Parts: sequence; C-alpha cells; structure tokens
Amino acid sequence: MGETTEIEKGGETEEQVAPWEYATARESTEVVHLRDRYDLFVGGRFIEPKSGRYFITINPATEEPLAEVAEAGEEDVDLAVRAAREAFEERWRDLPGKERAKFVYRIARALQERSREFAVLETMNNGKPIKESRDVDVPLAAAHFFYYAGWADKLEYAFPGRTPRPLGVAAQITPWNFPLLMCAWKLAPALATGNTIVLKPASTTPLTALLLAEVIEQAEVPPGVVNVIPGPGGKTGEWLARHPDVAKIAFTGSTEIGKVLRRSVAGTGKRLTLELGGKAANIVFEDAPLDQAIEGIVNGIFFNQGEVCCAGSRLFVQESVFEALLDKLKTRLNTLRVGDPLDKNTDVGAINSRDQLEKITELVRSGIEEGAEMFQPECDLPERGFWFRPTLFTNVSQSHRIAREEIFGPVLSILTFRTPAEAVEKANNTPYGLSAGIWTEKGSRILWMAERMRAGVVWANTFNRFDPSSPFGGYKESGFGREGGRHGLEPYLHLEGGAP
Amino acid sequence: MKRGGAAGLRFHSKDAARLMEGTPAVDAVGLEERAASLGKRSIKRESKLRALDLAIRCMDLTTLEGTDTRGKIVAMCAKAVRPDPVDPTIPPVAAVCLYPQLVPVAVGQLKNTGVRVASVAGAFPSGLGPLDARLAEVREVVDMGADEVDIVLNRSLFLDGQYEQAFQELAAAREAAGSTCLKVILEIGELGSYDRVRQASILAMAAGADFIKTSTGKLSKGASPPGALCMMEAAREFLHETGRHVGVKVAGGVRRSKQAIQYLVLLHETLGPEWMTPDLFRIGASSLLNDVLMQIDKERTGRYQGPDYFTID
Repeated sequence: MGETTEIEKGGETEEQVAPWEYATARESTEVVHLRDRYDLFVGGRFIEPKSGRYFITINPATEEPLAEVAEAGEEDVDLAVRAAREAFEERWRDLPGKERAKFVYRIARALQERSREFAVLETMNNGKPIKESRDVDVPLAAAHFFYYAGWADKLEYAFPGRTPRPLGVAAQITPWNFPLLMCAWKLAPALATGNTIVLKPASTTPLTALLLAEVIEQAEVPPGVVNVIPGPGGKTGEWLARHPDVAKIAFTGSTEIGKVLRRSVAGTGKRLTLELGGKAANIVFEDAPLDQAIEGIVNGIFFNQGEVCCAGSRLFVQESVFEALLDKLKTRLNTLRVGDPLDKNTDVGAINSRDQLEKITELVRSGIEEGAEMFQPECDLPERGFWFRPTLFTNVSQSHRIAREEIFGPVLSILTFRTPAEAVEKANNTPYGLSAGIWTEKGSRILWMAERMRAGVVWANTFNRFDPSSPFGGYKESGFGREGGRHGLEPYLHLEGGAP
Repeated sequence: MKRGGAAGLRFHSKDAARLMEGTPAVDAVGLEERAASLGKRSIKRESKLRALDLAIRCMDLTTLEGTDTRGKIVAMCAKAVRPDPVDPTIPPVAAVCLYPQLVPVAVGQLKNTGVRVASVAGAFPSGLGPLDARLAEVREVVDMGADEVDIVLNRSLFLDGQYEQAFQELAAAREAAGSTCLKVILEIGELGSYDRVRQASILAMAAGADFIKTSTGKLSKGASPPGALCMMEAAREFLHETGRHVGVKVAGGVRRSKQAIQYLVLLHETLGPEWMTPDLFRIGASSLLNDVLMQIDKERTGRYQGPDYFTID
C-alpha cells in the first residue's frame, strides 16, 4: 500500500504505517423530499396560516436553510383547538378502543416503513448523528406507537374497577432535542386513550413533526384528531396553553417555562404534566465494571450532544478509582468522532442552535472561572454550524454552577465521594430529580442506592436506556407525571368510580 | 517483533490468585452493546481496502485437520506467500498455522519468504495431556523450526479455581518456548462468562504470553466480537499496569471479510493504531482469505468475481 514504508532493521522488518482512517460514509439525503414551504396541519389538512407568517428552519450542522414553516398565530391556535374539540366530540371519543388502535398501529408501521426518511430528516433538522436517529429516535418512536396501540382497547384492564374516560383536547408542546420521539411519547398515549391533540413542535425542529402529520393524514386518522401547529413557544405555545377549550397540557422543555405553564393553569381545572430539566448523577463505585462504566458515562453525557434532560451530567466517582477512571475516560474521549451528523461513523453531532451553543459556552466559561479544570480532546470541528467539543471538568465542587445548573450540552462535571451515604447525599443535593445511574457489581448496593435516589429513573450498570413500557418522569424541579408504561395512560384519563 | 519471551516474565505463580481477584468485573450487557455498536461502523472505499490488506497481513492461514497431508501444506504455503498468483500487490499472510508433525514441511516451503510457521502444541485442543509431554511438544516444534507456538490454557485447572497451577503450566510453556512467539488459546467458548475471559487473559499475559487467542476453532463457539473486545480491554489494562504489549488473536468462525473488518474496528477503537500490525494482531482462519481477495477485487473493479477465479488451496 502507498502509505507503507518498510525499513529493514537488523534482519527484522519494522513497518511505519499511516494510521487507518475511516472514509466518509455519508448517509444520502435523497430519501428526503423537502418542500420549500410547510403549512399548518389543522382539521386533517395542510392549510396556510391566518397569521400569514412563515419562519425559516435550518440545518444546525451547516446553518443552511432547509424550508419555510408556517407560524401559527392566535387565530390559528383557536382554529386548531376547535378542530380538535369537534373531532373529539364527533369522531374520536366514542370510537371503540380497537378502532382507535388500528390508526395508532398504522402510524407505527408507517414510521417503520419510512424510517430512513425520518432518520435523515431528523438529523438534518436537529444536528444529531444519523446513527442515533436511525438506531434510537425513529425505532423508539415507532415502538411507542405500537406499545400504546396495544393499550387502546384494554384501558379498563389497566385500571381495574374504574371507568376510564378521555379528557378532551390535549395541548402538547414538545422540545427540540428529540423532536420526533417526543411527539411519539405524547401522541401515542393521548390517541390510545381517546383524546384529540394540538401539537406544537419546538420552533427550531418542526420538520419531523410535520412529516409525521403527513403520515397521520395518509393513515386516514379522522380529521382534527391530530393537529400540528409550529411556532415560537412564547407566543404559539402560550396561546395554546391558555386556550379555554384545552383540557390537558403536556409539556417537555425547560424548568423555567414549566413554571410559567404551571402558573397559567392554576385555577383553570386543566390537567398538566411537565417533563423538565435535569442534572443527573452517574455514580461509579470502586467495584464497578470500569470499562463498561466508561461507555455508560460517555453514553450518559455525549449521547445526543448531551442535549438530553436525563443526561448523566454529574459524574460521582469513588475516590479509590478516580485516577484510573479519569485516565480511561480521557483516552476514550480521544476516540469520539465529532463532525458531520450525516456521516454514519459520527459519534457526536452539532449543537441544535446558536442560542444553545452560547448557553453552553457561557456555562463552560463559568466553570473555568470558578476554578474547575477542563479537558477537551483534540478534534477538528467543521467551520460552519454550531459545534462544541466533548468536555470534562475535574476539581468541581457542589457549589459550582457547572455542578448545579443544567448545561444541556456535551459537558461533564466530575466529582468524587468516599462512601455510599456520601454519594446519596451529594447526588440528591440538586433541585432536579429526573434520573440517576449506579455502577457497581454488588446487587444489594444497587437496591440500597436506588431506594434513596430522589430521581424518577434509576439505571443500574447502564444509562440512557428507554423503553415504551417503562415510565419516565421527574421529581422536584424535573417535573411531574409519567410518560411511558401503564403510568403514561393516566395523565390522559378521568378515572371514574372504583376504589377511593 | 515485540517479544516478552522468558525475560519478560514479571509475575510469580503465587501472584496468580491475587491477579485473579484484582481483575475488574465485566458487565456482559455493556460489553455486548459496545461490540455491537462498533460493529455498525461503516467502512468504505479506501479504508475498506486498507482494512482488507491489513487483514491479509495479519492472517494466520490455518489448517488443523486430521486429514492434513504434506501435499495440503505445500499448497497452503504457496497460497500464504502469494495469495493471488496474478496480483503481486496482494501481500503475503503473517503465518501458516498447522499441527506439529507438518512443521518441517512448512519450514521447508517458507524459507526466506517472510511468512512464519506457527504450530499448535501442548495437547491441542484440550490441553489435557501429561504436562511433561505437552512441554516436550512445545520444545520439539521450536526445535523443528516453528517461529510461533499456539498452546491452550488448561481450562480444567482454570475452571476448578486452580489458578496457581494453571499459571505454572503456562509459565513452564513460556520457558519451553524460549524466545519463540507464544500464543495462548483461552477457548473463550468454554469459559462461561466474560469475567472468566478477562481473568484468563490476565493470567496468560502475566505468565508471559506474546499473544492471547480466543479459540481453538474446534468448538462451534469460536471468536465473538464481545469476547475479543473483552480480551482487548484486558490487553489495554495489562499494558497500563506493566508497560508490556501483548497481541490479540481472533480465531474460530472468522470466515467473512465483514467479520475481519469488524474485529479491526474493535482493535482500532480499543487498543489504537499501535496494535494494527501483525506483531500485535492476528486473525486465525482457513477460509477467510478467499473472501478477502474477492472483496478486494470487488472494491477495485466494482464487480464480484465467481469463486472459480480464486484458488482453493
């Protein structure tokens, strides 16, 4: 081979070979047919917005515009809610569960059939690596629809002795970090339980929600059952949440907006579930399977560029293995492949927006200023687009901003502990409580720890593992209500009669 | 070649039990997930050609059949030196691997070719013959001119918890092999858990193995990506602890280029570019070579050739 030079040395051959590189393996975008302009999906049709406004959505990895998307104004919100209300009363509420299930199954199958299209579009609009949208986002989204389709005709068995009834119009506001998956988490249980929906996708990532609307149209879901109205959270989102005909609000996003929403529903009788921020502790004990713990730590904080509400952003390491673990972790970080999200070999993609990049940059600066020690692997970042190197901080104390505030980026704060009790105390010392990870070979310690962690999800010897049958949600400022599993049906139902 | 040899022996048998206890645990779910995720790396075009070339240069072309004859070995040696008779850009393989009795044939055939002769020894594949006879066999293949010896871990002792004895046997084989490259086959398909694979790897490396090798190829369960990854992680740990580089050999069931590339990816992302050489990585295989040649041809021409265009030696 060209790169090989052979030097004869004392009869033995010593070879100096240029390191093996992976050639670019770019997923083709041909499968995606972008329209120039996307309208609102209301009452079963794509319609131009009464607001007359369109906004541009971009690819965060290149900053290139992808399409113009309709922005729902106050009148559009009202139209959508009225369409949903009408559909609820006339077409959906009284449909037998097994009939509703058919539509939900259809959506699930269509997602599978068009999985590549969804994955590529998700990566283009969000910046996440194609391997994640292909292997996680899209299959999990389909799995959620399949799972809840199964519940649609079995609701009375989910709540024995009670009579479950749907609530009405659900306003669903989804975030930009898992645009399609969060739509699935919200739509699937709402549809299965007989509610109708007005969905507002995040303003930076509306495209897969609109493609899903297309799928819903093709699945012949009765008009008005699902409506999709993009727009900014501060306007469209607020109008939607305040609309008097909305019976339930499901929100995934920041704690700040969660608080605003909670205030706005006070006294209205609207049901509310909030899935908000997090600052999860990933706790590694000295007897942990260290090489796999490294993978769990990396997956915990660099999966989806750390833009995950349940990201393991605080790493607690038992002092006796701290040095060994840090060594391994640094070595591992040097093998992370950061860059073009459409390359199948990319591990870490682009940050979703300039705003988010600025927020990460600002918090990282505060970490340096507060005296924490930063490590970043050497890697070339693309010139255009929003990028942030995978980052570790050591010498972090509980009081540092980087140990308290949600960064929502590829930044890990590493702290240490000596005893299990200290680990519990430090891990719970946060206003959040969404998730936690425990790494140890000792089963009894896993149980002891899990009992004491104030977090909605506790992972043992793994991290960021999701399944539609497993409930997900937070404690404290991470929100309330559960999505997934049988628990995920409850926020969409009145449960009448039965046990007090 | 980087060789530990007898001089590289750094541990005493009384350390063996301590070593076993100090070996970190392996989480099967996490390990298998990591191996599977690396298996999804997309290796295309020039990086695929590089990988295929390396797969040949790291190959121990193997025949370990009761029916092996002089003629079979002569033919295999020719194939080892010139895998593709019409294409001189295809490199020779690293070594041929065969039974002791046929070593002199291979030594004669491969003189001055750069292709090494590896022989199994030590009551392959069970490793349960009398110790003296096993050690004598190691000495004998070395005397006959073998460049490398592939022996088997005594799983009977290892699984019985007799680590010290298992270690002593390996250390004795190390001594018997002298400065000849020593590969220790762990037979991971018989060890029952990845924890055991990791422990056996550490035991063999501490006893002075130059390579740790997954399998004999005589079981239906041969090499597996998570098993190999587990051994590579052990080799990385061993380097960190002792500063000594120990090679990894995958063998048993590696028949397709795709598998070979997957192992190279595991190696690349676990042990790094330093290990991407026949000095520290081998693939033991009998039928892989032709598939690699076919894939190289396909990468270059864009077309697949029928199997009759590749010699079957």
